Amino acid sequence: MSSPILKLVAQRIALGILLLLAVSVLIFAGTQILPGDVAQAILGQSATPESLANLREQLGLNDPAYVRYFRWLGGVVTGDLGTAMSSGQDIATSIKGRLWNTLFLAFWAAIVAVPLAIILGLIAVRYRNGWVDKLISGLALASTSFPEFFIGYVLVYFFAVKWQIFPGISTVYDGMPFGERMQAIALPATALTLVVLAHMMRMTRAAILNVMQSAYVETAELKGLSAFNVIRKHAFPNAIAPIINVVMLNLAYLIVGVVVVEVIFVYPGMGQYLVDHVTKRDVPVVQAVGLIFAAVYIGLNIIADIAAIVANPRLRHPK
Amino acid sequence: MSNELEFLSRRVAAGKLSRRDFLGRAAALGVTAPFANSLLSSAARAAGPVKGGTLKAGLVGGESTNSLDPALFMTQVPFAFGKMWGEMIVELSPEGKLENRIAEEIGSSDDAKVWTLKIRDGVEFHNGKTVTAEDVAATLERHSDEKSKSGALGYMKGIATIKASGKEVVLTLKEPNADLPYLLSDYHLIVQPNGGKDKADAGISAGPYKVTTNEPGVRHGGERFANYWQGDKMGHADRIEIIVINDATARTAALQGGQVNMINRVEPKIVDLIKRVPGVTIRNHAGPGHYVFIMHCNTAPFDNNDLRMALKLAIDREEMLNKVLRGYGSLGNDFPINAAYPLFTEIEQRKYDPDKAKFHYKKSGHDGSILLRTSDVAFPGAVDAAQLFQQSAAKAGITLEVKREPGDGYWSEVWNKQPFCASYWGGRSTQDQMYSTAYLSTADWNDTRFKRPDFDKMVLAARAELDEAKRKAMYHDMAVMVRDEGGLILPMFNQFIDATGAKVDGWVDDPHQELMNGYALAKCWLQA
Repeated sequence: MSSPILKLVAQRIALGILLLLAVSVLIFAGTQILPGDVAQAILGQSATPESLANLREQLGLNDPAYVRYFRWLGGVVTGDLGTAMSSGQDIATSIKGRLWNTLFLAFWAAIVAVPLAIILGLIAVRYRNGWVDKLISGLALASTSFPEFFIGYVLVYFFAVKWQIFPGISTVYDGMPFGERMQAIALPATALTLVVLAHMMRMTRAAILNVMQSAYVETAELKGLSAFNVIRKHAFPNAIAPIINVVMLNLAYLIVGVVVVEVIFVYPGMGQYLVDHVTKRDVPVVQAVGLIFAAVYIGLNIIADIAAIVANPRLRHPK
Repeated sequence: MSNELEFLSRRVAAGKLSRRDFLGRAAALGVTAPFANSLLSSAARAAGPVKGGTLKAGLVGGESTNSLDPALFMTQVPFAFGKMWGEMIVELSPEGKLENRIAEEIGSSDDAKVWTLKIRDGVEFHNGKTVTAEDVAATLERHSDEKSKSGALGYMKGIATIKASGKEVVLTLKEPNADLPYLLSDYHLIVQPNGGKDKADAGISAGPYKVTTNEPGVRHGGERFANYWQGDKMGHADRIEIIVINDATARTAALQGGQVNMINRVEPKIVDLIKRVPGVTIRNHAGPGHYVFIMHCNTAPFDNNDLRMALKLAIDREEMLNKVLRGYGSLGNDFPINAAYPLFTEIEQRKYDPDKAKFHYKKSGHDGSILLRTSDVAFPGAVDAAQLFQQSAAKAGITLEVKREPGDGYWSEVWNKQPFCASYWGGRSTQDQMYSTAYLSTADWNDTRFKRPDFDKMVLAARAELDEAKRKAMYHDMAVMVRDEGGLILPMFNQFIDATGAKVDGWVDDPHQELMNGYALAKCWLQA
C-alpha cells in the first residue's frame, strides 16, 4: 500500500510548496499596494523629504520590487527570515515566542473543542430530531452565529468582572507557571471553542446521518445492534473523512484566524504581531508571518487529504 | 470637619478601618459620599505614601514595534515606561513650573543665547555609574544628530554647540530662546550613559525603576531602583508593570476586574457608566490637547480668508463639545493655546453664527460642495464630529461633503497632505513650542500651510523676549492672527481621562500629559 500513498504525499507536498510561493508573491504584492512605506511609518509625522530619502536608501527600498522580493526569497530558502525594518529585531526570534503562544492557545482550545464537538455530534445523531438534538444544535449554532468579539466580551463580563474567576486579560510571558498560564488562557480558549464548535458538530452530525441512510446500517440495526453501536462501528468509520476535513479546517482557523480574540483578551500571539507590522508597512515581518500562516493552512489541508484517503479503502487501493 | 470624621479617616489611613466601613459611618453622620471620599484621600495623603506592593497600569498605545530607544518614542506606552526608568534633565511640575532634575540649576546669558546647566551631584545610573556632565552633553548631541531619528530633533536643531566642562554643560543657541529649559523637558531627552551612543535601547538611565521586563506590545516591568536620588518623592511601589491593552473594552474590564490599578484613555461616552463602578475613580483634567479641522491656507478654495472665516463661523462648538466629548473638554477658539499654557490670555469666544457665515461665504464667491476628509483615527469621534459640522454648515448654506478615509495610512496620506481634514494635536509645553512646531512658515508640520513672514518674525521676537509682560502681549497678538486669518478650525480642547482602581492614592492632576504626565505609577501608591 505504501508506494501510491508515498507518491501522493510527495505530490501534495510539492503542490503545497508551489502554493506557498504563490502566496508569498501575493502577500508581497499586497504590501506594495498599501499606501505609504516603512520609511514613512518609522519617521511618522517627523518625516522630511531628506530623512525619508536617507532611510529608504538605508533600508534598500529604492531597489525595484522584484529585486527586493527575490532577495527576501533567497534569505527564506536559506533559513534566514531577516530582521524587522521597524525595530531592527531578528524576525525568527520574535516570531518564535509569538508562534509558541498561538500554538499553545490553539492546542488547548482544540483539545476541548474537537472531542466535544464530535461527541455532541454523535449524541445529536443518536437522539436525532428529538429535543436533545435540537437543544445541542440550537446552542451550538447560536454560539457560532454571535461574532467572536461579542462572545469574548460576554465571557469577560461574567467571568472576569462580575465573578472574578478568571482574568479578563490573558497576558502570558516566558517563565509563567503552567497553572497561571492555563488560568490566563481559560477565557480565550473558551471563546475559541464556542466559535468553532458548531461547525464541527454539525458536520459530524450531517456526515453520520448521511451514512445512516445506507443499506448496511439498516442491516446492522436489523441484526440487533444498539443504536450507539451502530453509529460507533458502522456509521462513524465511514463518515470520518468529511469530519477530519472540517476538523482540520477549524484547527487552521484556531491558528490563523484568532486576531480578534487575541486583541480582546490581549493575548500576545501571532495575530497582534502581524497587525502591528502591517500598520508599520514592515514587509519582511508581514511576509514571514503570512508564510507561516499559509504553511499551517496548507499543511493541515494536506494532512486532511491524506487522512481522508487513508480512511477510505477505495482511495487507499485504487484499481 | 467633625472630630469623629477626622478620627475615622485617620484610622482608615492607618489601615485600622476599612474604606467601606468608613463610608458607612460617614453616611450615618450625614456626610455625602463624594465629600467623605475626599476626606479619605486627604487623610491618606497626610499619612504619607505607602511603600511596597506592585502597581499595574493597563494602557493603550503600545505596539510590538516599540523600542527602548528614547529617541524613537512616539506612543503612550513607551512614553509612560520611559518616565519610569528614565531621568530627565529638567521636568515640568504639575503646577506648570520647572522642576530641576539632573540639572541642579539652569542659567542663561542676558540675551538668552548661551545656557549653562549645572549637573547635580551624586545621581546614579542603574548600572552604578555616576551621571556626569559628559553624559548629559552626549545625550543632547545624540538627539541633535539626524541619524538618531529623534522625535526631539526639531528643537535640538536650534542648538549650535554643546560643551561639557567639569560639572557644567554649556549650550550655545543659533537664535536666542527664553524657553530652552521647557524644551529640555521633552520626554525624548532621557539622560543615558554616554548619551546612549553605545547602545541606545539599553534601557539604562537614572529613573525610579530599573527595567526588568521589556516585551514590546505586551508588557513592560520594573523594580524599584534602590539608589534613586529622590526616593522619598517617587518610586513607592516595589514593582511596576505596564500591560499593553489597546482594546478600550478590555482595558475597562481589566480595571474593573482588578488586574490593573489604572488605565488611560477612558472614552468620554462610557465615563458616566464607569463612574458608578465601586472602587473606580475617574481622573479627568484639562490639558493642551485639541481636536481640529485644518485647511491649507495656500490651496483653493481655502486660500480665501472669507471662506475660511465662513467655515469657522459655521461650526457649532457647543454642540460638538456636548455630543462628541460629552462635556469632558472645553470650547476651542481657533487658536491652539488654552489655559494649560503659561502666559495665556483670554480672547473673545467665537460662536456659531450661520448668518455671518453665510455673509462671508457669499463674499468668498465659492460655489459647490467642499470635501472634508475624516477618519476614526483623526481623533475619537472624528467621524461624528465631521457629520455634526456638515449639518451646522448646511444651515449656513455651505455644503460639506464628508469623506471617511481608512485609519491605516491616515497620518501618511491624508494629514498634512490633503487640503481639508480632521486631525488632533497633543499640545506642547510652551506657546513658543506649539507655534514653532505648526505655524512657522518653515515648520515641517505646518499642517494649515499658514505661511506668513510677519507671523514668523513675531514668533522669533517673542522667543527671545525675557520680559514676561511684553511676551504675553506678543502671544496675544499672535493668537488673534491665527484665530482670524489662519487655517485652523478648533472646536474643542479634550481632557485627559484616566481612571484608577480601588486603593490607589497619591494622584495629582497634571495638565501636561495623561497619567500625571506619565508619572502615575511612580508617584502613586497602594493604600495598605
